[in-house]
Amino acid sequence: MTEALSFELSRPAVDPPRLPEADVAGPSPADLLPREALRGRPPGLPRLSEPEILRHYSRLASMNYSISENFYPLGSCTMKYNPVVNEVAAALPGFAGLHPYQDEDSVQGALELMWRLERALCAVVGVDRVTLQPAAGAHGEWTALRMIAAFHHSRNDSRTEVLVPDSAHGTNPASAALSGFHVVEVKSGSDGRISLADLESKLSPQTAALMLTNPNTLGLFEREILDIAEMVHATGAMLYYDGANLNAFMGICRPGDMGFDAVHMNLHKTFTTPHGGGGPGAGPVGVKSELAPFLPTPTVERSNGHLMLDHKRPQSIGRVRSFYGNFGMLVRAYAYILAMGGDGLSQASQDAVLSANYLRKLVETDLDMPHEGPCMHEFVASAHNLHEDGVRALDIAKALLDRRFYAPTIYFPLVVPEAIMVEPTETESKATLDSFAQAIKEIVAQAKTDPQSLHDEPKNLPVGRLDEVAAARRINAYLQGQSEDPVLRWKAPSEGPSREAP
Amino acid sequence: MLETIGVRSMNDLLVDIPQSLRTDSLQLPDGLSELETMAQVSALAGRNKVYPDRLTFRGGGVYRRFIPAAVAAVTSKPEFYTAYTPYQAEASQGTLQAIFEYQSLIAELTGLDVSNASLYDGATAVAEAAMMAHVHTGRNEVIVSGYVHPEYVEVLRGFGDGRGIKVRKNVEPNKKTAAVIFQQPDFLGLLVDQRAITSAAHDAGALAIACVDPISLAILAPPGEYGADIAVGEGQQLGLAPSFGGPHVGFIACRKELVRKLPGRLVGIAHDAQGRRGFVLALAAREQHIRREKATSNICTNHSLCALAAAVYLTYMGPYGLRQVAEVGFRRAHNLAERLAALPGWERAFPDRQFVNEFPMRVPKASVVLRQLSRKGILGGLEVGRWFRELKGVVTFTCTEVNDARALDELVEALRS
Repeated sequence: MTEALSFELSRPAVDPPRLPEADVAGPSPADLLPREALRGRPPGLPRLSEPEILRHYSRLASMNYSISENFYPLGSCTMKYNPVVNEVAAALPGFAGLHPYQDEDSVQGALELMWRLERALCAVVGVDRVTLQPAAGAHGEWTALRMIAAFHHSRNDSRTEVLVPDSAHGTNPASAALSGFHVVEVKSGSDGRISLADLESKLSPQTAALMLTNPNTLGLFEREILDIAEMVHATGAMLYYDGANLNAFMGICRPGDMGFDAVHMNLHKTFTTPHGGGGPGAGPVGVKSELAPFLPTPTVERSNGHLMLDHKRPQSIGRVRSFYGNFGMLVRAYAYILAMGGDGLSQASQDAVLSANYLRKLVETDLDMPHEGPCMHEFVASAHNLHEDGVRALDIAKALLDRRFYAPTIYFPLVVPEAIMVEPTETESKATLDSFAQAIKEIVAQAKTDPQSLHDEPKNLPVGRLDEVAAARRINAYLQGQSEDPVLRWKAPSEGPSREAP
Repeated sequence: MLETIGVRSMNDLLVDIPQSLRTDSLQLPDGLSELETMAQVSALAGRNKVYPDRLTFRGGGVYRRFIPAAVAAVTSKPEFYTAYTPYQAEASQGTLQAIFEYQSLIAELTGLDVSNASLYDGATAVAEAAMMAHVHTGRNEVIVSGYVHPEYVEVLRGFGDGRGIKVRKNVEPNKKTAAVIFQQPDFLGLLVDQRAITSAAHDAGALAIACVDPISLAILAPPGEYGADIAVGEGQQLGLAPSFGGPHVGFIACRKELVRKLPGRLVGIAHDAQGRRGFVLALAAREQHIRREKATSNICTNHSLCALAAAVYLTYMGPYGLRQVAEVGFRRAHNLAERLAALPGWERAFPDRQFVNEFPMRVPKASVVLRQLSRKGILGGLEVGRWFRELKGVVTFTCTEVNDARALDELVEALRS
């Protein structure tokens, strides 16, 4: 089952929707503006009736896997259930209807929510202040590094390097480089944890910061975190915490206590704001007091019960996006924290760790487990043991899709060959974990008996495996002027042949 | 479950955490029922003042627009809003096709070759476009021409800082210039000479980056038509609530020669073994998860759900609905501008300049006037002097299809009394 594009469904006979007339005396654009300022012909938007639009998007919706319907054990992404009450909260007219440039007096409730959310996040991760402005995790990383750069700069300390473990997410080195730093990679040891010896050799007076995730991307807690913090701080560098894995230890321990100076959090992971098919998210950054002067403006301040936006912060790195962040996502996260409470958040993390260890145990004889447990909230397995059968992590992922499970993260972290990274989260039942483990067992058995059939999966989805190599070739041909077929957009048939299969 | 794992207690699973780091609990109140949660959240919402759409005349980057019910009917489908970034293409065709349609719609609207899958907001879109120009030209300066949204410029400066890009204002482009950035209509709502700016940029070997209002493009010449290399902008008006400034959506589109420098996600067409058409994330080799520290952007996702809202909005409106909405705003704004200019002491700022649906007025005792309007339940214009010293006493007013004729009368009457 595939669905035609809205452009292909378009019918010229469809009337535009009924909209108000101007109802006042006033000139039209053509009366006042010179011809060269005006659009020559109308934009080529599709023309569909409302029922056609709704059916089109309903059919598209049915082609998605989502948390609402499927187990989504996507490692490092914390795909937990998104409570529906969050959506109701964010849609309240008292929030959704606010203009960002209203007077402070008229938005006291919104500012109070931001202030309380900041306090709650401070409590969870053990920092002094939080900026809610960054729109995503990568944006938060970059914001934190800008603050760290400003901190060193304020002390006339020109440090040029940021250390990043080889197991880190790609955004870490990218954010560091885009903040003006040279990236130096630190190796993992054979136990999957950062090599202290290698770290020692890379730390220097040039080091501005070490970026670390704990538990790391292998789902392992860095046992020597206190030693790491001491080594980093001894050279005058800062310790940055990538909050991708915060769901592992709320109420169990705190990055601030481990010695981290800056911490980013993904509200769309740990705090259940929906992923939306790839955003919007929110990536607040918490900092210890020595970094607080450098927070983006404006901050939310409270005095005598009155809330205000503080724009006058002379050492601030300035704003990192327009307005005050993805406010609607902040409302959702705040509603979640209220509903869960300190007790609920602690329980959530414990359950997440329990689920991961349980699932790991169920599949430990089916797949390679390159590192010893226990794990925290996720584990990394490897399909390397199926190498001789000609079966790869990709095949397992596709076979899981056919069994109505979304696939784990595969081929990440890079340090594990044929990696399969599983994060079940706390909101899945034991029955779901059992059936997922059963599916893995069946697939591994199939790999032994009929590996070819695995290469053909998925068979039960709207499309089979898509040929990305051929797609890339066609895109290259377009970009190099050898083809008129844009591939990256629809174009009317007279302008290009992108409608049809090659 | 503990028994299956082979441990006796949760603590056995947490052995790797040094004892000195362990905490027993969080310093937060205990959890609440849904009823109590909503009571608390609603109480906070109740402490905000919400102005009716029709009596909101404030813009400055965020606008009240009619949002068709079809938008929420689609974006509130959990299959869309609770899905992740479409890593597994076969199980994410709904999201991928919707984003492909969004890309196509933005390309049509801007008159450029290719749009990406969306960015965070208008401000970061401007900054990312500047970075593209920096990489493409190998030059280190960008010029901001005229009144570009001050928050966008602030974000651009911050981005530029780490990337070695210097931001200069209102100077002639030269051989160090990577790009000239202008806003059409500008932050005050006024039209700039887009063709002159674009050709001056090109004469200096620089790119022209147009920051545009998407709805105005139903009336105004699209960037692709006058030769701009990159178009960016804020898509909030395409079906998204003001929501105190976010989440909204940034859009970015460019000529095909620049596509390899486009930041963020891109969706393209691919086929399966049976020749069925599907959609995949394309040109991923540009991105941070492959290039790591060599990537030219760290952006990892987009604002997918907001892009979906924009796609539904544009599809609902179609070419003629969008034009109708743009024209209604145009006519009403011009009607209002004339009536406001007739008020004692009021006059149009920059009376020789054309505008679409937002315009600057010189207003005597502006702050007092706006406070009085607020007391009458009207959100009046925006004082822009807080960003530009030379514009002290200047207030920009906005009209869209939500400000009906009677609302215009109410505003003028409130100002007369």
